[in-house]
Amino acid sequence: MKVDDVPVGEGRSLACEGEQVAVFRLRDGSVRALGAVCPHRGGPLADGLLDDRVVVCPLHGYAYDLVTGEETTSGGEPVRAYAATVGADGEITVDATLP
Amino acid sequence: MTVLDDAPTSTLPALVAITKAKLVVIGNGMAGARALEEILRRGGGDLFDVTVFGDEPYGNYNRILLSNVLAGIEDTAEIYLNPLEWYADNGIELRAGVRVVRVDRFARVVHADDGTAMRYDRLVIATGSRSFFPPMEGMWADDKNLTEGVFGFRSLDDCAAMLKYAKTARTAAVIGGGLLGLEAARGLQNHGLAVTVVHATPTLMNAQLDDTAGGILRRSVENIGITVHTDARTKAVLTEGGRTVGLSFADGTSVACDMLVVSAGIRPNVGLAQRAGLTVERAIVVDDHMRSIDDDDVYVVGECAQHRGHVYGLVAPLWEQAIVLADHLTRTDVSAVYQGSRMATKLKVAGVDVASMGIKAPEHPDDEFVQFSEPRRGIYKTIIIRDGKLVGATLLGDTSKVAFLIQAFDRGLPLPEERISLMFDIGTPATEVGAAELADDAQVCNCNGVSKGALVACVRGGEKTVTGVMAKTRAGKGCGSCKSLVSQIVEWAAGGDIAVDPSANWYVPGVPYDKPELMDKIRELQLHSVSSVFAALAPEGKEDAQSKMGLASLLEMMWADEYVDERDARFINDRVHANIQRDGTFSVVPQMKGGVTSVEQLRTIADVAEKYDVPMIKLTGGQRIDLLGLRKEDLPAVWADLGMPSGYAYGKSFRTVKTCVGTDFCRFGVGDSTTLGIRIEERFQGIAGPGKMKLAVTGCPRNCAEALCKDLGVVAVDGGKWEIYVGGAAGAHIRKGDLLATADDPDTVIALTGRFLQYYRENAKWLERTYAWVPRIGIDKIRAVVVDDSEGIGARLDADMQKAVDAYVDPWSEREDPVTPGQFRTSLPLTVLPQVGRR
Repeated sequence: MKVDDVPVGEGRSLACEGEQVAVFRLRDGSVRALGAVCPHRGGPLADGLLDDRVVVCPLHGYAYDLVTGEETTSGGEPVRAYAATVGADGEITVDATLP
Repeated sequence: MTVLDDAPTSTLPALVAITKAKLVVIGNGMAGARALEEILRRGGGDLFDVTVFGDEPYGNYNRILLSNVLAGIEDTAEIYLNPLEWYADNGIELRAGVRVVRVDRFARVVHADDGTAMRYDRLVIATGSRSFFPPMEGMWADDKNLTEGVFGFRSLDDCAAMLKYAKTARTAAVIGGGLLGLEAARGLQNHGLAVTVVHATPTLMNAQLDDTAGGILRRSVENIGITVHTDARTKAVLTEGGRTVGLSFADGTSVACDMLVVSAGIRPNVGLAQRAGLTVERAIVVDDHMRSIDDDDVYVVGECAQHRGHVYGLVAPLWEQAIVLADHLTRTDVSAVYQGSRMATKLKVAGVDVASMGIKAPEHPDDEFVQFSEPRRGIYKTIIIRDGKLVGATLLGDTSKVAFLIQAFDRGLPLPEERISLMFDIGTPATEVGAAELADDAQVCNCNGVSKGALVACVRGGEKTVTGVMAKTRAGKGCGSCKSLVSQIVEWAAGGDIAVDPSANWYVPGVPYDKPELMDKIRELQLHSVSSVFAALAPEGKEDAQSKMGLASLLEMMWADEYVDERDARFINDRVHANIQRDGTFSVVPQMKGGVTSVEQLRTIADVAEKYDVPMIKLTGGQRIDLLGLRKEDLPAVWADLGMPSGYAYGKSFRTVKTCVGTDFCRFGVGDSTTLGIRIEERFQGIAGPGKMKLAVTGCPRNCAEALCKDLGVVAVDGGKWEIYVGGAAGAHIRKGDLLATADDPDTVIALTGRFLQYYRENAKWLERTYAWVPRIGIDKIRAVVVDDSEGIGARLDADMQKAVDAYVDPWSEREDPVTPGQFRTSLPLTVLPQVGRR
C-alpha cells in the first residue's frame, strides 16, 4: 500500500502476513500502525478520529496510543503496535516485530 | 318477596340462598359506579339484583377527565370507565337517562320520572353534586334554561354543548378561578378562544392556595395568555337578542364575551334525600358505615355525603368511602368503618403542577411554618408542621417531593431535622438514597456498568476531578443520565478535597476556551478549518482527536459555504454519511419527509434491500425506514440505486420531522401537519448543530406525533393557530417542551423555527441537546430573543440560517468519485455477530 492511499489525518486497514493492521497517516506526513481491531468490542480502529498521539475507536471512544498501543482513557486492554515506515517509493512497510 | 322485607339485616346471607335481595343505586357517576364495582368484587352479584338509575343517558365516565375532553386532548370515548355493555355483562339493569324523583322509605320504593316504581331492600344514594349558578341578572333564559351562551362545566353534555358553541365564538369568560374554572379556561383557549377568568376573591384557587401561591399561579396562568380578573363581583350577564355578549361587574366595569362558563362551586344534590326525610345538613349525614343516620338500609356515598362534618369533593376520599360501603353492605366486613380522609391532591392546573394537602396556613402560634418562594420560575412551597408531624403542605410549579410528603402526611412519619430537605433534594441524589448510604456494589452508571465502589476507588487512587473520574471509569459516558449522581459520589468520596476541572466549561477538551470566547477568536483570526483552529488556539498548537468533531460542527455552523472541510476532522458517520453499527457495518436511512412515503419509494427501498441482502429492515422512531447491516463498500451503489437524498440519521444535525396525518384524513385534525412538517424538513434538512435536532408537527392537541417531547414540536390548535414547544425530550432524559409561541400561520412557524434553531446552534455547548439548553438559558430569555427580538439580532439570526440552508448539499450525491482514497473501503473483515432472522 502506498502512503498516498491513506488520506492525511485518517487510517486505512490492510492485511499483513495474515494479520489485520490499521495504518494511520498523521498530519506531519509520518505513519503509524496498530492492530485493526479494537480489543474492547471489535471496533474498526481505521475508522477512528486521530491526532498525533492517539486514535479514538468510533464505537465506544476508547483511545489507543499510536506508538505503544496502550489504552489511554481508562487503562483498558492495549492493542498491538507495529513499526511503520514509508519507503522512498512511497510504499508503506509494517514491521511485525515490535518496535 | 315480603319475607325479605321483614328480615333483620343480620340474617340476610341466610336468606339470599332462597332469593336475591334487591339493590337500587341512585346515581351513575364516579361514586355510584365505584361503589357498585366494590360491591361486585365482594360477590355482591350473587347477593343482589341490582338496578342503577343515572339521569345522564350514558355509561359511567371519568368526570375528572372532562377537562381533557374540553381541551381536545381526549375523545369522549376515551373517558368511559364502564361502557353500557359492562352493566349487561354483570347482570346489572342500567336505567340510563331515567331520574328518580321520590324515595318512599316506608314502602321501600323509588319512583322515577318515567312513571315507573321499583322496590328495594337496600338503597345506595350517590347523586353527587351540580354546578352552582350564583343568582344574577341575565343568567337564566327562563325557569329551567340558561341564557344562550352560558354553560356549567359538570357533565359530558355540558362539554359537548360548550365545544359546539366554541366553534362560533371568539371570546369566552369563566366565572370562578378554582381548579375547574382554570381547567375550563385552558380547554377553551386550546380551541383558539381568547379567555378571561373572573374570580370573586383576590386569590386563585383559594380553597387550596394561600395568597402568595395564588399570585404565582396567576402569573403562570397569565403567561400562557389567559386574562385574569380577581376580586371581581359579577353583577349581571349581558345579553343581546337572548345571547350572551358580556359580563358587568359591581364596580361598574364590564367585559365582552361570546360565551360564559360558570364554575363557581358545586352544591350536593340532596333534594331527593330531603324529601325522603333523611337528615341533611350541607349534605346527607352518614354514620361511619356510610349509612344515613336515619335509615340502616340507605347508604350514601360521594359528594352528596356528609361524614363527621366533612363533605369531600375529590376522588380519593370517594374511593375510600366506596370500600367501606361495600364491605358493610355485602357483610364482608361489618366492622368496616370510614374514619374520614386526609385531603391530599396532586394535579396539573392550566399546565402548572400543584399539590396540596392538609391545612394551607399555620393555625396555632407554635405551628412550624416553612416557606419558599421563587416567583420568577413560578415555584412556591410551604410546609406546616405541628408537634413534629406534617399537617399541611402546598407545592406549586415543582412537585418533585410530593410522594414523600403525602406519605409523611398520611402516616405521620417522623420528619428530618433539617426541614428544608422536605422541599428540596439538597446534597442528596434524586434517587431517594444519598451518596453516603449507597451500597458499594450499587451500579451507578447503567450504560457502562460502573459501581459506586469503582468511583470511590478512582477518587482514592488520586483522581480529584469529576471529569477525570468520569473519563477513567467511563461512568456517565453513555446516556449521561447518571452524571449528577456520579458528581455527588465523587464529591462525597473526596470529602471536600475536590478540584475544579478548568476544562469543564471549554467547548471542546483540546482548546481552552468556552464557546463564546472560542467563536470570537475564530471570527477575529478568520479560522476556517479545524487544523487552523488547533494551530492558532490549542496549547502548543497540538491537535486533539476528541475535539475534532465539535470543532468541525462549530466551523460549519459559523462559516457555512466558507467552511474549509477537512475530512479527517469528521467522525466516521460524517465521512461516509451513514451510521456505524457494532459490527462495523452501517445503517442507511433515506429521507422520508414528514414520514410520508409512496409506492415508488417503498418499491425502490424493497429492491435495494433485496439486492444488497440487507439483514434487517426497521421502522425508526422518526417515521422512516432504516436499512441495517450494509457494508461500507456498498454504500455509494446503495445510494445510487435508491436515488433518494440522505435522511441524516447519523449526524449531530437536523434529523427529521415526525408528523401525524393532520387534516387530510384524520377526523380530528385542525391543522395540516403533514404539509407543514414536510416544508420544515425541506428547509432545514441536514443543518449541523451542537446536538441532534428532532422535530414534530401534530395536527391537533391529541398530539399523535408526540410534539411535546421534541427539540421543537408544533401543535395545531383550533382557530388556525400553531403552538411551538421547544426543549422537549423523550430519550435518556424525559422533558416536556416549553411553549415558545403561538403562531398564526405556517410561515410564522417556519420563521420562528429557523430563528430558534440558529440561536440554539450558536449558543448551546457541544452535545448539549435542547432539553438541557432551553432550561439553562430559560424559556423567557429565549422567547424574548427569538419571538420579540429583544436583542435586535433576529434579522442576523435569520440571515445566518438562510446561509446554512443555501449551503446544503445532499451528501449522498458524493458517490461517483470518492472524496478521499479508499473512502468506502472496508476497515475490518466483519466480525460475526448473532444474526437476526430474515423474513
